This record gives sequence, structure tokens and C-alpha cells, in this order.
Amino acid sequence: MSDTWAGVLQVVALVLLLAVSYRPLGDYMAHLLTTRKHLRAEKALYKTMGADPEADQTWGVYLRSVLAISAVGVLLLYGLLRVQHHLMMALGMPKMQADLAYNTAASFVTNTNWQNYYGENTLGYVAQATGLAVQNFVSASVGIAVVATLIRGFTRSKTDRLGNFWVDLTRIIVRLMLPLSIVFAIVLMAGGVVQSLGDHMTVVHTINGDQRLYTGATASQEVIKELGTNGGGIFDGNSSHPFENPNGFTNLIEIYLLLVIAFALPRTFGKMVGSHKQGYTIVSVMAVIWLGSLAFATFAETHHHGVNLVTGHAGLEGKESRFGIPASALFMTSTTLTSTGAVNSTHDSYTPFGGGAAMFNMMLGEIAPGGTGSGLYGMLILAVVTVFIAGLMVGRTPEYLGKKIRPTEMKYAALYILTTPAIVLVFAGIAMALPGETARMTNSGPHGFSEVLYAFTSMGNNNGSAFAGLGGDTTWWNTAGALAMMFGRFLPMVWVLALAGSLARQKPVPESSGTLKTASPLFAGMLLGTVLLVVGLTYFPALSLGPLAEGLH
Amino acid sequence: MPTNALTEASASGQAPQPQPGSEPRHGSPGPVGGGFLDPRMLWKSLPDALRKLDPRTMAKNPVMFVVEIGSVLTTWQAIAHPSVFAWVITVWLWLTVVFANLAEAVAEGRGKAQAATLRKAKTTTVARRIASWSPGQAGPESEVAGTDLQLGDHVVVEAGQIIPGDGDVVEGVASVDESAITGESAPVIRESGGDRSAVTGGTKVLSDRIVVKITSKPGETFIDRMITLVEGANRQKTPNEMALNVLLASLTVVFLLAVVTLQPMATWAGAAQTLVVMVALLVALIPTTIGALLSAIGIAGMDRLVQRNVLAMSGRAVEAAGDINTLLLDKTGTITLGNRQAGEFVPVTGVESGVLADAAQLSSLADETPEGRSIVVLAKTAYGLRERHSGELSGAEFVPFTAQTRMSGVNLQDGHEVRKGAGSAVMRWVRDNGGHPTDEVGALVDGISAAGGTPLVVAEKTPDGVARTLGVIHLKDVVKEGIRERFAELRSMGIKTVMITGDNPLTAKAIAAEAGVDDFLAEATPEDKMALIKKEQEGGKLVAMTGDGTNDAPALAQADVGVAMNTGTSAAKEAGNMVDLDSNPTKLIEIVEIGKQLLITRGALTTFSIANDVAKYFAIIPAMFAVVYPGLHVLNIMGLHSPKSAITSAIIFNALIIIGLIPLALRGVRYRPSSASALLRRNLLIYGAGGLALPFAGIKLIDLIVQFIPGLK
Repeated sequence: MSDTWAGVLQVVALVLLLAVSYRPLGDYMAHLLTTRKHLRAEKALYKTMGADPEADQTWGVYLRSVLAISAVGVLLLYGLLRVQHHLMMALGMPKMQADLAYNTAASFVTNTNWQNYYGENTLGYVAQATGLAVQNFVSASVGIAVVATLIRGFTRSKTDRLGNFWVDLTRIIVRLMLPLSIVFAIVLMAGGVVQSLGDHMTVVHTINGDQRLYTGATASQEVIKELGTNGGGIFDGNSSHPFENPNGFTNLIEIYLLLVIAFALPRTFGKMVGSHKQGYTIVSVMAVIWLGSLAFATFAETHHHGVNLVTGHAGLEGKESRFGIPASALFMTSTTLTSTGAVNSTHDSYTPFGGGAAMFNMMLGEIAPGGTGSGLYGMLILAVVTVFIAGLMVGRTPEYLGKKIRPTEMKYAALYILTTPAIVLVFAGIAMALPGETARMTNSGPHGFSEVLYAFTSMGNNNGSAFAGLGGDTTWWNTAGALAMMFGRFLPMVWVLALAGSLARQKPVPESSGTLKTASPLFAGMLLGTVLLVVGLTYFPALSLGPLAEGLH
Repeated sequence: MPTNALTEASASGQAPQPQPGSEPRHGSPGPVGGGFLDPRMLWKSLPDALRKLDPRTMAKNPVMFVVEIGSVLTTWQAIAHPSVFAWVITVWLWLTVVFANLAEAVAEGRGKAQAATLRKAKTTTVARRIASWSPGQAGPESEVAGTDLQLGDHVVVEAGQIIPGDGDVVEGVASVDESAITGESAPVIRESGGDRSAVTGGTKVLSDRIVVKITSKPGETFIDRMITLVEGANRQKTPNEMALNVLLASLTVVFLLAVVTLQPMATWAGAAQTLVVMVALLVALIPTTIGALLSAIGIAGMDRLVQRNVLAMSGRAVEAAGDINTLLLDKTGTITLGNRQAGEFVPVTGVESGVLADAAQLSSLADETPEGRSIVVLAKTAYGLRERHSGELSGAEFVPFTAQTRMSGVNLQDGHEVRKGAGSAVMRWVRDNGGHPTDEVGALVDGISAAGGTPLVVAEKTPDGVARTLGVIHLKDVVKEGIRERFAELRSMGIKTVMITGDNPLTAKAIAAEAGVDDFLAEATPEDKMALIKKEQEGGKLVAMTGDGTNDAPALAQADVGVAMNTGTSAAKEAGNMVDLDSNPTKLIEIVEIGKQLLITRGALTTFSIANDVAKYFAIIPAMFAVVYPGLHVLNIMGLHSPKSAITSAIIFNALIIIGLIPLALRGVRYRPSSASALLRRNLLIYGAGGLALPFAGIKLIDLIVQFIPGLK
């Protein structure tokens, strides 16, 4: 079977798997976010935390809870990384440098998982399992909690109460993330992913003599790395490493895991707002972007300039031969369109347009389908902006799901679409103006600039993948990167929760034939156009100096 | 057709046009039109446009303020490092700002002309104040200036005098010329008590003498308010306008960041750009088209209402009109013609219908009321009875209708007498003349009443002296032609119509079904209306209504859009947020359409403005960077002549499109009532797809010309 056919079959299998899980998983998430019943284990947890599960929070309190758990997360993880040499099963790894520990803590709490270090040479088992893995669970669940709150803003009326963060977070971890992780960790192990708490494995009789191989609790961390759209690997090679991703089967499962929650959340949204069509509209826009981007990247990777490059399989540079070009492009598209950032190939080695596609995917704001929760709230904000423009064109004060888009709502939506581009462009601009920092590129010309632009696009959008050429472990890069990641994660959450609060206070407007239909192909098309136009216009000048300059002849 | 002071006032700036406000345009629900733009108007507004360059004024419009700052920067650069390119860009950037101000100045100019006419009506008047007036007795008179009148003062006004302030007539009846305000030259009657007691300062009493109780403070009269409104002096931004401003400001910030951060990236690539080019890129990207036209659209929207003789007390009300879910419409005058018409002749047993029709016609020959005329017309159309002229019936004596007899009729020379009128009165006449009306007549009368009609009984007395009833004329409400289609359109726009009537439920139901309204409120009291409005609003709906009486005032205040009739009481005018000077209740539908058109115009031009950016990128980006990265030449898909001509063309297009769209901004985009999806599809195609394509052609055309300017090669 050729690579191409294997790739096509892989996409078909993936679409089928996602389609099959859309309804049950989406409905299940809607159930766990709305039910009044608590599990016994959850009650015990609330007691330990000192949280009152029946209390309904305002958006401000909800936000403070999000920020509090994240701040505590950064501090704990930072501390853990700084003292890891004193912990058990440290494998003799030294403590992390302060700036790198700060960057890493910010990175994992923000669901980014940018790694300025080599996993297998830096971290012991305890730091991995109690530090990084915990944040992988928490950060992914926080995203879902925030989008649940935004949806409640649409469904609730004349109230300032939007739910309870501690209940949402606990339920998402206990009822969703943990069970799925356990099941799929076993699946991955069965597929050949390693899982061990033992010391290095020593392999003898290689050409260079004995080799010490790091194994680690890989399968258990791999599963949440993908499921929670985190992306931080045990190994520096990430999902291209044979211990993390040994074969085509695990490759498919990993791509499925990183897409499944984000693609099912529109169902949850449809169920909670009482119209599955609303969910289908959103998911169709996500799917069109994903499939379109996939087709573009695959085409770019298989069509090098010049016959020699094509016949010489130049497209395989930086890709694992056990996956081939189509499966690598599939992984690349999926990981950059979600906020995962795991890689099974080196994005730096992609063709200019292939690498440009990866960058553009992230610039879209991680919305197709995006990170767990964050993807849906990003898409809903863009839907609000689309509704505003389209709504004016039908001659009414724009309304979405029965709520009016007034100056207050528009303010938060506008701040949201402004925040990430501001972070990405300002930090990239500063980096380019600092001669010392531009020197960290390993390439010159447009490709070198692409490395910098990619880095801040990835961090600002909480993706975490990298154009590997950039040597980012310096004080400036660690500090600037941590700031970009935290601003890129929490400022948008502030706007989303504030928007939810403002929507919930409104009285619903009844729908009539004069109301813009937001569950229709026409609206989906307009949303798609808005997404592409707004992002395209924002980043076009910068992209023209990077991938476009490199790729156009 | 009456002359219209308000529209006449603005006629200096626009071609004459039909007066849609003065007649209900039933049957022809055409698109909401607007005024035309006269090029002279642009020229006349230029000084105002230049005055608006004051940064303190510009700062209110963030998008254009950024352009102005950019213009200052390029001017400085052009002086420091003169070149043809720098100066051409500088001039066109300033023109961009001036064009934007021009749009606003032209829109305001129309209002100013109208205000000037109104000021003429506000001549200083001398008021004859009566001390301690109470019904039947008056204290001594003293002359004071009209501006010194206080709330609650009583003044006397006689024929030929100007009413010194707004108020209610408390004594007397007079005919008043209100043309200064309404443009309607026919005098109107104003009398104490009832719903026609309000008089407006500045109008003229033509006959008789009235005593007026002043109800407005000096400086806050109706005319004062009208002047402020049409001038737009303290125009407040409406909610949608504010929300749109937020979006435009954030897009401006995004593009500002994109351009500012581009310089270090470009410098690193060895393609550092001059300040002039950077400013040009920024101005091309930020949404200048909609930014320039936004306030003109709002002012023009209010103006379109004024042209229809409707005064909106705030832009908010106009916008709310576009959002209306429920329209409360008074039956009489809006849904039905004001008068009832004969619909049927119902004879009693033993009388041929032709005989009844003949008698009915005879009795109505001298009846000039619309009802009487309609009987003659029905006799002709249904029974082929030629209208007899008075001369044919020599010696006939016509008996006029009086409130005492409640009958009218005719006595012919041969002793034949015919009467028609209210059932009880005619039957008494029959009995008095020896007849014996059967119970059948009573049944017919009751049947017609129950069906919502007005029964008129017809009886005759033959020359031999015996009277008998012939039958009953069924007078019906006549639903206006075309109103059913109008309601169907409203329904497609998602607007529910509710008919308000004092009729009994049975009648109301029949008329409601015939007119095609969605719902009706029968035997409506002011309290019922109020309750209905509150119920609708409870469900999140916005309600619009018209009203004129004092007892309408609470409902007018409660409704989201309350249109008071100018003929109504001061209380009603005070309570509503719009006043219709023509007092035409059908206009409510037009008001809704104007509100919608205003929002559509904003949305369409925003879409157009954003879509324009794509072509501008294809002009400017290759011009900036193809020097260092020749591959980017591929992006020059328009084949523009040179980098300088490309940037110049984009900037010139950006400025000219503002001038090109001023007429559209003032007139509003074409609007036909239809469903939301149909509207969206149409506007998206014209302004979205058009906005993408048009600048490619426009920039290319401009480039074909500017490439010949020596410094741009």
C-alpha cells in the first residue's frame, strides 16, 4: 500500500471514529456539566477542598477561582522542578535552572507545553508524574469549565450566577479525563507504547557501545498529553519517538485522542442550548477548516519545487519513514489546529507552505477544533463577531442564541480577537529588534524569521509545538515566552467569562423569521469567511516575510 | 398634495421627490427611499468639513483620527525629505480625512437647513397673559414676551395671532394654521376638552378666540426640540453604533500593531520601509470606509424620518424601530378606511331586493356623507340603478339627518316617503305611520350588529298612507387595499401585527381575518393596551404603537417605540418617543423599515470595508517586499506598474471610495421587506463579494492613470 492510500485510509478512519464519538461523548459532557447529582468521591473531594458544591458563582468569582488554581499550579510546579534532585526516582537529574523552571511551569499550566528542555535528559519520574501530568489534567479541564460557563451565559437569563468552578473542574477530571485516560493508556500500551517506573534500560552491543535508554511512565502521560491537547512529551522527539508513538496504529489513536474532545464539544454546546443544529453548524466550520488545511498541507508536502526534489523524496525530510508524508501532515494539521503541539515530525523541515500552514493554523486562534474548551470558546467568540456584522445586515440588533450583542458584549468579543494577535506580533516584533535574540535562529533569511514568528505564534496561542531550529533556552526567551503563554491563556479567559456574565444578565429575545438563522449553511459560510478574513488580514504582512517569501518563486 | 415645509427646507440640497408621508401609501410598499445627493451640497459643506479637522473633533472618531495623525506624520516626512511620492501620498491622506468629514457635514447640512426654516417660525411673540384664570371667569390681561411664559400660565389668543407657547386649549374652539410645523396648509380645529386640545407654539390662530394653558417651559417648546433634533446638536451614539465603534476600534488597534511590528521584521529582512509607506499601509488596512461614513449614516437615518414628517426624539428610538417584534395598530385609519361603506342590501320577506335598493338610493341622494355616497354606489354596481339627479325629482323634499330624529330621507311630490336610519328610530316612524314592523327586522339588525356591521333600516310610506319596512342596509368596515400584503411582508420580517379596536370581539375577529393581522385586541381600553404591551415585553419582545389621546399616554411611554400623532394631546406627545406630524398611523410600518434600513446600511458598509482590504494587500505587500524577496512579485496579481504607483493607487482608491459611497450612506441601502436569510444572502453577495472584487478593478484603473506621474515610476 502506498503512503498516499495509507494516508487517505487513516483520514477516513479518523473521521469515522470522530463521527461515532460525537454524539455520545458530547451528550455525556453536557450531562456532567448540568446534572445536579454529585458522586460520592466528588463529595469527599469537595469536603477536602472546603468548597460548597451547591454555591453558584458570579463570573468574577469563577474567574478568580480559575486564576487561583492556575497561580497555585505555577508555584507548585516551579517549586517541584527546582527541588526535583531531592525527590525519589529522580534518575540523577539535577534541578532545573530558575528561568527554565519558570518557563516550564507557565507552559504546562497554560496548556501550552512549550518545552525548552530535553525531556529524557532533564526530568525525573516524580516531576513528570506529579508535576507535569497533574497540570496536563488540570489545564485541559479548566478550558472545558470556562467554555461551559460561556454556554451557561447563553442559556441562563436574568441572573449573575454561572455555575461553580470547583464542581465543574472536579467533575471534568473525575468523570471525563481520568476514565478516558485509563482506557486509552491501556490501548496505547497494547499498541506498544512503553510504561515503566524502572531506571534506564541498558541496551548493549550497539555500534557505539552500550546505550542507556530512558523509558518512563510514557503511556499514562502520552494519553493525557493528547487527550488534554497538551502536547508536552516525555521524550524530546515527542510523538516521533518510537517509545511514545511506535506505529501507525498508535499514531491514529493519538491523533484521535487529541481531536476527540474538542470535536465533541459542539455537541455539548448544542445540547445545552437546546438546539443540536447550532452544534452542527459550529462543528461543520471546524471540520471544513481542518480538512481544508489538511489537504493544503498534504499537497504542499508532496509537491516540492522541481522534479529532483520530488523524486528524491525531499518531502520526507524531518518525517518518520514509518508514518510517511500523509500521516505526518495529518498529525501536523491536527496538532496545530488544536492547542496540542505534540509532533510526529519536525515542522521546521516542512516545505515553506507546509510550515506556513502550521503557523496559519495556530494563528486562527486554535479553534478548528482547538484546545479542550478553549477551541469552542474561541469559535463562539468569532461567531459573536460574525453575528454582529451579519445581524446588522438583516436590519436588527444582532442576537445570538436569543442574546443581544450590545456594546458590552462587543467590547469583550473585540478584546478577545485583539489579545492573541497583539501578543504574537508584539513579542515577535521585539525579538526581531533585538540582535542578541535573533542570533538564536539557526537559519537565515525568511526561514530564520519563520522560526521566531512560529515560536511566538505557538506560545501566544498556547500550542507548544516549535520550529525546532530556534535555540530557545535563554533567559530572554524563557521569560518572554512565559509571559506570552500566560497572557495568551488567561486574558482571553477573562474576556470570555466577562462576556458570559454579561450574556447571562440579559433577558432572552424570542426568535422570529426576522432573526438571523445561526444554524444554517449560510451562517456557517459566513463564520468561515470571518475567521479566515480576520486572521488573514492580521497576519498577512508578517507571513509575507516568512513562509510566503520563502515559498513563492 | 400639501406643500411640506420640512422637505421644502432641504430642497436646496435635493431634487423634488414625492411626499410619501402625506398620504398612506397602501398598496405600494415600495423600498424606503431617500434624498438624492447634489454635488453642490458637497461643495457647500466643504468649509464645515475643514473645520472638523480640529483634533478635538476628530478624536471622537478613532478610525479617522488615526488617519489624521498619519497625515500629519507623512506631511512632516514630505517636508523633511520631499519627493513626488511622499507628497502625493500626503495629499491623498489628507483628502481621505476631508472626505470623511465631508460625509458628516453633508448629512448635517440637510438638518441645518431644516432648522433654519423652523427658527423662522420661532419669531418673538407677545403673549396676552391672563391672571388667575378659571373656567368661566378671567382676571386682568397683561402683555408679556412669549419667552417669559411659565408653566401653567394662561394666555388668550385671537384670530390672526401667533400662539406664544405649547399648551392645551382650555376654553373655546379655533381653526389653527399649523403649516409652520407640519407643512400641511389646511387649517386644523383645536378645541378645549377631548383629544384635540393641544396647540403648538409658533402656529397661528386663523379664527375665533381660545384660552391656552401653557404646558412647556421657555426654551423647551416643541419647536425648540425639533430644532435641536434636526440639527443633531446633541446627537447621542446609539447602542448599535457604539458596538460597531468598539469593533472598528479593535480592528484599528490590530492593524496598528500589525504595521508597527512589521518594521523590525522588515528591517531584519533588509527591507526597512519609510514612514510614508508604513502610514499608507496602515491607512489602507484600517476600516476607513465605514469609519468615515458611520456618523453620516446615523444622521441621514434620522433625516429620512424627518423627510417623512416624523420626529424621533432619539436615535435610540429609530434603532429600536428596526428591532420591533410586535406592532399594535389602531383599526380605524390604519387597517380600515376611516368610514364604513354599504356592503349589502338585506330585504325583509316579501320585498324584492331591487325595491329596497331603489328606496335606499332615493333616500341617500342628498346624503353627502361617505356612507351615503357608498349606498348610491352600491345600488349602481349591484343593481344597475342609475344615479338620479336632484333635478329629476322635481318637488322632492329631502329630510336631513338630525341627532334627534336619527333618520334621513326624502318626501316625493306624489306623497311617497322614504326613510333610512337607526333601527329603533325608523321602526318608530313606521308605527307612527300605521305600519306594523315584524320581528324579522329586529333579527336582521341584530345579525348585522353581531357581525361587526352597522345596520341602517330602510322604510317607505306609499302615497296611500301605509308605512312598511323594506329591509336593512349593511354598512361594513372596509379594509384598506394592499394592507393584507403589507402585513404578510411584516410577517416575513418576523413582525407580529395586533389590531386594536373598540369593536366587539366578533366584529374584530371578522376584520382581523379579512385584513390578515396576526392577532387583535377587541373592546380595547387603555388598560388592556398597557397590559398587552407589558405581556409582550415580558417575553423579551419590543413593541411599537401609535396613539393620540391622553389615555394613550401611559401605553405610549411603556412601548419601545411610541409614535404620537401631532393632532393628539400634549400628554401623548410627551409620552411617545416619536411624533408623526402628519398624524398618519400607517406610518408606523415605514418607521420600522427605516430603522431596519439604518442598521443594514451600517452592516453592509462594514462588510464592504473589511472585504476591501484583501485587494489592498495584493497591491501594497509586493510593493514593499518584492525588492528583497522577488518571489513576492507573484502576489502582484493586478500587474501594477511600480511599487510607488501601487501604493499610491491603493491610497487613492481608499479615499475615492468614501466619496463614492456618500450617496449610499445618506440614502441607505436598498431595502425590501423579506426574511432574514434572504436579506443576508443578498447583502452578503453585493457588499461582501462586491467588496472583495471592486477594489481589484478600482486600484488597477487608478494605477493605469497614476503610472504616468513622473515621480511614481
